[in-house]
Amino acid sequence: MKKNRLEIWTFVTIGLLFLFFIFLIYPMFGILKQSVISEAGKFTLNEFAKFFSSSYYTGTIINSFKVTVAVTVVTLILGIPLAYFYSFYHLKGAKFLFVTSVLCGMSAPFIGAYSWIMLLGRSGVITKALAAVGIKIGSIYGFGGILFVQAFKLFPLVFIYMVGAFKNIDNSLLEAAESMGCRGIQRFFKIVISLTMPTVLAAGLLVFMRAFADFGTPLLIGEGYRTFPVEIYVQYLGENGTNHSFAAAISVIAILVTAVVFFAQKKATDRYKFSLNALHPVEKKQAKGLKGALMYLYSYGLVLLAYAPNVYIIYLSFRNCDKSVFKPGFSLGNYRAAMNKLLVRSTQNTLFLGVFTLAVIILISVLIAYLVVRRNNFANNLIDTLSMLPYIMPGSVIGIAMVIAFSKKPLVLIGTIWIMIISLVIRRMPYTIRSATATLMQIQPSIEEAALSLGSSKIKTFFKITVPMMTNGIVSGAILSWVAIVTELSSAIILYNNKTITLTMSAYVAISRGNYGIAAAFSAVLTVLTMCSLLIYLRISKSEDIKI
Amino acid sequence: MSVGITIKNALKKFNENVIIPNLSLKVRDGEFFTLLGPSGCGKTTLLRMIAGFNSIEGGDFYFNDKRVNDLEPAKRNIGMVFQNYAIFPHYTVRKNVEFGLRNRNINSQEIKDKTDRFLKLMKIDQLADRKPDRMSGGQQQRVALARALVIEPDVLLMDEPLSNLDAKLRVEMRSTIRSIQKQVGITTVYVTHDQEEAMAISDRIGVMKEGVLQQISDPKSIYQRPINQFVATFIGRSNILEGEVQVESGQAYLVVGNKGRIPINTIEQKNMENQKVIVSARPEEILLCKDDTGILQGIVKECIFLGLNTHYVVELETGDLVEMTQESTIEDILSNGTKVSVTFNAEKINLFGKKDGINIMQGVCNDICIS
Ligand SMILES: Nc1ncnc2c1ncn2[C@@H]1O[C@H](COP(=O)(O)OP(=O)(O)OP(=O)(O)O)[C@@H](O)[C@H]1O
Ligand SMILES: [Mg+2]
Repeated sequence: MKKNRLEIWTFVTIGLLFLFFIFLIYPMFGILKQSVISEAGKFTLNEFAKFFSSSYYTGTIINSFKVTVAVTVVTLILGIPLAYFYSFYHLKGAKFLFVTSVLCGMSAPFIGAYSWIMLLGRSGVITKALAAVGIKIGSIYGFGGILFVQAFKLFPLVFIYMVGAFKNIDNSLLEAAESMGCRGIQRFFKIVISLTMPTVLAAGLLVFMRAFADFGTPLLIGEGYRTFPVEIYVQYLGENGTNHSFAAAISVIAILVTAVVFFAQKKATDRYKFSLNALHPVEKKQAKGLKGALMYLYSYGLVLLAYAPNVYIIYLSFRNCDKSVFKPGFSLGNYRAAMNKLLVRSTQNTLFLGVFTLAVIILISVLIAYLVVRRNNFANNLIDTLSMLPYIMPGSVIGIAMVIAFSKKPLVLIGTIWIMIISLVIRRMPYTIRSATATLMQIQPSIEEAALSLGSSKIKTFFKITVPMMTNGIVSGAILSWVAIVTELSSAIILYNNKTITLTMSAYVAISRGNYGIAAAFSAVLTVLTMCSLLIYLRISKSEDIKI
Repeated sequence: MSVGITIKNALKKFNENVIIPNLSLKVRDGEFFTLLGPSGCGKTTLLRMIAGFNSIEGGDFYFNDKRVNDLEPAKRNIGMVFQNYAIFPHYTVRKNVEFGLRNRNINSQEIKDKTDRFLKLMKIDQLADRKPDRMSGGQQQRVALARALVIEPDVLLMDEPLSNLDAKLRVEMRSTIRSIQKQVGITTVYVTHDQEEAMAISDRIGVMKEGVLQQISDPKSIYQRPINQFVATFIGRSNILEGEVQVESGQAYLVVGNKGRIPINTIEQKNMENQKVIVSARPEEILLCKDDTGILQGIVKECIFLGLNTHYVVELETGDLVEMTQESTIEDILSNGTKVSVTFNAEKINLFGKKDGINIMQGVCNDICIS
């Protein structure tokens, strides 16, 4: 009989389970416990009762849900046509469109909100200019503002997903449909959208999760429209005293909501199980005539409008500014002031955090992918399932969980940069694990066996054969993780301190203190940083493909 | 150093499905051994058990006297050519071929020389610096071959290594494989679907059905004296008819149909008794008779002139359709509907006892170890 040989992978399994237990299960459990145990140490559902008995609190979840659904629908409506035009027609400057919209999706969570307030807010430049000629635009605060800002920030996710899906549509399918008299709009819905429905749903889910958990936008532009990530934060360190238990209860409720949406999406996706594989990719048509002109107008209009906030921020960063009032004339004053406000430290922290976190994520993802695909057993499937948990956990919830778990003995990590790394690893891990697993599934095991048969040890085979074959799949996902890490706000705001402050946090702190010029300087540095990362990535990978 | 492979009572299950129930086999030192069998019978599975990639649910595997059940594949000193090539996509052809050598302590000059030699032998030296992703199936297959051969392993395991080559290249490559194998004396287990290839290349052939070895023997005796009906029909073509053996005063006769009978002198002594048999006759072992002198009558249903031979399909009086091959004659070929009379080449045909299905003729050779 073959004995189950003890091999190095067994130890990897044990090690990962151990880490997951400490940094994922234990904090989650902590949140759950905190939400149902009173200060006296008794079991109580008081916090939940408090939440559900007050429409003030239930309203936050309902508000979040409403605005998030609206955002999801609008991003799909914005993103799908753009992806369609991009994939089915020759548009001049297509690469520019692609890169710019990716950049929109990569900007820091609050830059959009902040910048649009500067333009369209109560004392915004455009608002004032229009008021001077007698035009009044409505308020951009509240529901409409959140929807507007998030939709412009998140539609690129839909765009990237859909471009990938459209690539897999076989031209002959379209021709077959056309030969049967199905064309134009009808063909778009019956064939193109039906075929890519799984991707539409996947993109929808991703947008939902991002928008639901977004903290920066509603905080800045939401005003009276209260959403739950803000509420958690307020409860956690609000003016009227901190209440961890109540924050924990809201967190539990939020996780339940996202879990329901997650499983509903899974169910919906099951109805569309088929695989596409294009032997003959779609041939792009010329965009001509009025139709072509409208396509150009739409594509460039959308992308430029969405990117405008980033440009405007960079512009503002060079304007003279005194606290919250921008003055005429340009200078580097904002940057000088930012230097005094930890610009260097923030940048260093941001880079260190980004590089280190990404390295850990990639290492863990590769290991987990290998265990799940090549050493499929109960323990490894458990690891896989656990690793997906953070997908449904909003950033602020993870932040709270970390505080609850690691601010007391035996393991005090709060206040160190490690806790920020851990929470970021947890947050971004599910995405990279998915892409690593998908990549490895497509690699035949016999390639590794060939290496073994040629006398290469297991370890050597893993590093010389398996890992290099996986890199393509991982790197394409890593760039998005990188940017998300660098621009992280919702968990960082709970975990940061003066020593571990990042660029995003510095910008946020400056905004909240009314130092608008300094905020613009920080944001500009951040924007340039993300832009450079993307350009370097495109340079290295020599392709314009970005997978999520 | 080459090794003999001994397999005792191997058992292979995937979950609860028994794929190989109880297989024993000895592959001799330096031998070229071929596994033949229908798709799904377990050839790849057995090969992978020898290589150490499949778990073994029962039995023992030995390389010489060393039990290898628990030895890592990397330490078995094998070369393996996979059914799906398994080329490293991120390495050039040269690096693929060098890979095994680099895992051994060999100096770089020697690595280069050996690699060059095998790249040439496999006619892929022009491709040396290309990545494999845009290479044809046949080219990839030759890279896989070179990679397995270059390390001059103790045991070479090949899973349909020539399946993707054109006919000419296939014949060329098989003689290359054969000569390298002989030169170095590598014990080789080879899997193929191509019977002609198996005949041409093998020292011995093992025919497998549903995880059970039916017969192990040299190509000639497998073809001429198949152990049972399965082997007879799987290797080459055979017509199967019902018949009867009658023994009269020490002389055996074969009766087919209800008219004539022919004397048979090649029945194994211990099987000399009256019995029902299955007659297995290859197309060239059924003969056309002039006039009415054959033991069976029939009507020509189809005839195809193939140059050297002419191929007929004849419906016999027993109702069976048989295929026969005759050397082409200068006279007109028989047209459809012609009445003919046929007999058998008594020396060459095979008879299987109806009871156990085993060949009752002399000269049947089967090396299966009964254990
Ligand atoms: N990993 C596996 N899990 C379950 N069943 C398997 C596995 N590998 C092979 N089998 C089954 O074992 C049987 C033998 O498969 P095997 O690949 O050895 O056939 P083969 O003789 O090599 O066929 P072919 O000539 O088509 O390559 C098949 O029924 C196959 O479905
Ligand atoms: Mg096979």
